Amino acid sequence: MNKRAKFKIIENVNIAKDVFKIVLEGDTKDIKNAGQFINIELESLYLRRPISICDYDDKTVTIIYKVVGKGTEIMANLKNGVELDVLTGLGNGFDLDCDGDRPLVIGGGVGTPPMYRLCKDLIAKGKKPIVILGFGSKDDLFFEEEFKKLGVDVYVSTNDGSVGTKGFVTDVMKDLNDYTYFYACGPMVMLKAICGATDKSGQVSLEERMGCGFGACMGCTIKTKDGYRRVCKEGPVFRKESLIWE
Amino acid sequence: MGINKDLTTTLSGVKLDNPVIPASGTFGFGYEFTDFYDINILGSISFKGTTKEPRYGNPLPRIADCKSGLINAIGLQNPGVDKVISEELPKLRSCFKKPLIANISGFAIDEYVHCCKLMDKEEQVEIIEVNISCPNVHNGGMTFGTNPEAAAEVTRAVKAVTTKPVYVKLTPNVTNIVEIAKAVEAAGADGIVLINTLLGMRINLKNKKPVIANKMGGFSGPAIFPVALRMVYQVYEAVKIPIIGVGGIESAEDVIEMMLAGASAIEVGAANLKNPYACKEIIDNLPAAMEKYEIDSLKDIIGAAH
Ligand SMILES: Cc1cc2nc3c(=O)[nH]c(=O)nc-3n(C[C@H](O)[C@H](O)[C@H](O)COP(=O)(O)OP(=O)(O)OC[C@H]3O[C@@H](n4cnc5c(N)ncnc54)[C@H](O)[C@@H]3O)c2cc1C
Ligand SMILES: Cc1cc2nc3c(=O)[nH]c(=O)nc-3n(C[C@H](O)[C@H](O)[C@H](O)COP(=O)(O)O)c2cc1C
Ligand code: FES
Repeated sequence: MNKRAKFKIIENVNIAKDVFKIVLEGDTKDIKNAGQFINIELESLYLRRPISICDYDDKTVTIIYKVVGKGTEIMANLKNGVELDVLTGLGNGFDLDCDGDRPLVIGGGVGTPPMYRLCKDLIAKGKKPIVILGFGSKDDLFFEEEFKKLGVDVYVSTNDGSVGTKGFVTDVMKDLNDYTYFYACGPMVMLKAICGATDKSGQVSLEERMGCGFGACMGCTIKTKDGYRRVCKEGPVFRKESLIWE
Repeated sequence: MGINKDLTTTLSGVKLDNPVIPASGTFGFGYEFTDFYDINILGSISFKGTTKEPRYGNPLPRIADCKSGLINAIGLQNPGVDKVISEELPKLRSCFKKPLIANISGFAIDEYVHCCKLMDKEEQVEIIEVNISCPNVHNGGMTFGTNPEAAAEVTRAVKAVTTKPVYVKLTPNVTNIVEIAKAVEAAGADGIVLINTLLGMRINLKNKKPVIANKMGGFSGPAIFPVALRMVYQVYEAVKIPIIGVGGIESAEDVIEMMLAGASAIEVGAANLKNPYACKEIIDNLPAAMEKYEIDSLKDIIGAAH
């Protein structure tokens, strides 16, 4: 069940270079699991903007977004108390059933947010996730502490080496060999590199430009080994095995 | 509510509870919307454009945001007419009991004919909407809709294989819409659907390339309402067959305005994508809007602006 509801901004703060965190208050009962997204209407823009759910409880949703264009710029300037028209509980999130009890959880840039709730849910299922966060540079880094507070091992990589391992998340993966499965969200190039770098099974969360976000327009369809799939409806999370890399 | 208003309308003998119909391509095969509301409140549904063979459509990205609308370059993604009939329509039938409009498309006349023959056998399909106006496919779609002879030829071919009313959906990307409308009427069309999307494009300032992979696509949404309204108005004066008005409709007031111009029913496209409750809200708001403008029956206002 997807639902349209009014959500009130109760926090909107800058947490890294061009990256903001918004906490929204409203009816969250249609959110089922980590990896789902919400679609936000913004004044003066025609299409909604899709953003992953970073965390949620009975009455709040946390999202993290990077300012990359008009919509995210408008979002960065929204004040506390502003009400937004939001579609919640969109897409199929991550499937927590995975091989073994040491899943690798990999987030790249603003692909990191959904991995936070995923990590919490995996821990609640008795798994012991290992987290890798990849960023461009020190200034881009966010949520390292929040992940550490969950009591999991956290590795960081940056392209310029300003924090953690210099290079990409796959450079950290090379030195890890006790993981049993993986979950990933981030830029396409990163996801492709990860899928190529491991023989373990896994799930990845994709992004595509969307018209509706709920399966009506066929704007976001990708070709998979199982046929044509809408990123917004059958995704955004897909099994590594079903993806076709072009 | 409590306001007693007559929302019913008729398209070539097909009675609709109200004139509000989701437009092809913006409502999937209907059942996706049962997540939001009971779709039986709709007058009818025009389902996703169906072709003879399955189609993936165009490369991604195939959506671009615009001021007051969007560009789409889907390129008629659909599972092909056989699967539409064997898989999609049963699912739709299980949650929707009203008349259906089958939107069909093709790349050659025999493809239109093939789809039409199969749709003719579907009991719930009461109108066949022939899309000769898709700007997103080459050698088909819109090329039939920009030439009066070709438009008439498709119309005649389809009419020959069905007893159901045939409504031809026209493209606004022409110099003289009246000429095309008259040609399809003369070829036997039972009605006309106006309009499909306007050819448009956007360029990404960062990488300085077109946003849409296919470069261009069909522009629709509230920005095109005046264009659609004008074409419905012009065509109403020139033909005797009913018109379904479509283009930028997002409110009960827009429905009234489109019917005043000459539409017997209307379709809602892009608005469904922005607001999945768009059609429901329009239907809910119609009685109050009619009250405000002193209208008792929508049928009475069709073409009243002339
Ligand atoms: C399922 C999903 C989850 C996402 N989660 C997050 C998140 O948690 N944090 C975050 O920062 N970003 C996320 N994104 C990307 C985010 O939607 C875009 O950055 C945002 O829409 C850009 O809007 P804009 O108006 O600022 O940019 P503009 O470039 O001005 O946007 C123009 C159009 O392009 C679309 N667009 C631009 N970039 C993207 C993109 N990368 N993916 C999809 N559509 C895009 C916009 O939605 C809009 O329709 C997610 C995207 C999807 C599809
Ligand atoms: C995403 C999208 C897909 C569409 N697909 C079809 C289609 O398959 N067949 C068709 O006849 N029209 C299609 N259209 C056109 C609409 O049915 C409608 O004619 C047009 O969008 C104008 O109405 P609007 O301004 O309300 O969107 C599509 C439009 C959109 C936005
Ligand atoms: S965005 Fe419309 S179907 Fe996915």
